[in-house]
Amino acid sequence: MDQDRRTFLGQTGRLLVLTASAGVAWEHVLAGRPEEAPNYRATDHWWAMSIDIETCIGCGNCVRACKTENDVPREPQTFRTWVERYTVDPADLEHPKVESPDGGYGGFHELEVRNPDLKSFFVPKLCNHCAHSPCVQVCPVGATFESQDGVVLVDREYCLGCSYCIQACPYGCRFIDPRTHTVDKCNFCYHRITRGLTTACCETCPTGTRVLADLKDPKDPIHAFLRDHKVQVLKPQMATGSKVFYNGLDGSVR
Amino acid sequence: MARRTSTHVHLLRMAGLFVVGITAFVGLRWVMVPADFGEFGHYRSGAVLDNMNRPRVFAGQAACVECHTDVAELRAKGRHARVACEACHGALAAHAASPAEVKPVRPDARATCIVCHTASLSKPKSFPQVLPAEHAPEGSCAACHAVHNPKIS
Repeated sequence: MDQDRRTFLGQTGRLLVLTASAGVAWEHVLAGRPEEAPNYRATDHWWAMSIDIETCIGCGNCVRACKTENDVPREPQTFRTWVERYTVDPADLEHPKVESPDGGYGGFHELEVRNPDLKSFFVPKLCNHCAHSPCVQVCPVGATFESQDGVVLVDREYCLGCSYCIQACPYGCRFIDPRTHTVDKCNFCYHRITRGLTTACCETCPTGTRVLADLKDPKDPIHAFLRDHKVQVLKPQMATGSKVFYNGLDGSVR
Repeated sequence: MARRTSTHVHLLRMAGLFVVGITAFVGLRWVMVPADFGEFGHYRSGAVLDNMNRPRVFAGQAACVECHTDVAELRAKGRHARVACEACHGALAAHAASPAEVKPVRPDARATCIVCHTASLSKPKSFPQVLPAEHAPEGSCAACHAVHNPKIS
């Protein structure tokens, strides 16, 4: 062999360094750091949603699409998003009649009494993706958390199913999946929004009532929406930092 | 008479117990807590990717328009311009992935229409709505209305 010791050592050293660095890189790929996902930087986004109650027709498209997209059990009554119908005497805001038959999955039948004096409207609901989530604060194992892009996610592998978060959520947005006995809730279709698509509910909303928004994107129409409308979040007194903004939210809505 | 153990030895034994206990705690913690826990906060950063990698069932508007440009152009001129394809046609990611193998079912042009357009006091007044039983007791809505570009007469 005409290879001297110096060359041999050099080549072996280079091989070792390269193998080690490839190993480190591969570990990062396996560990699934969100920063490594192609073309998606979590810190560049801050997801929210706008809901225009004045255009909602209660068709239930969002409820059906959500169940299909996210494999939410059809039975029992578990929903990542649902639609409520409020019927209220305009002079008695404190006693609305609230219905949500099957979460609005099959739409709504006409009111039993067609009384034009009553005020009636639909309110789509979902996880509010609070910036200061009560549910995240009570999770004992870190199985639910606010991601860097402002979405409250659930770690199905880490969840114990203790249901503390279900009690903590002021909006009733969480449920136990009867198949896995772990908690589930809206995750803003995280598998879609991180790949440039909108959520299933926004995709199928025929009236443009629900619109996914990125508050960190200066060109997002949400900024005009928030500026041009009188906007409210659900239960503002809870100071949860809700990021689902409603236009035309009536005082009777709970 | 046995010599009394000095206080010094007691302290050493105690220190030994502490060392064993702390080592066991650190060791067990190292084994049981995933490596990616706590990278960005009190959670497993791999869970973010788990959420990201779930399968999609709805293809999204852009995927439909890629092939069906003619229908998209027709629709863009009418009142249904802002209604996405899958709002009526259902989830079609499978069709978008393999258009030849998976054929979508044509939606029923009555059942689909009345989901939105049945009159209700709860709906906004500006939304076009009819009582199907009075407006057209039976038959397909498509007999009079062009579903992709409907007109109100």
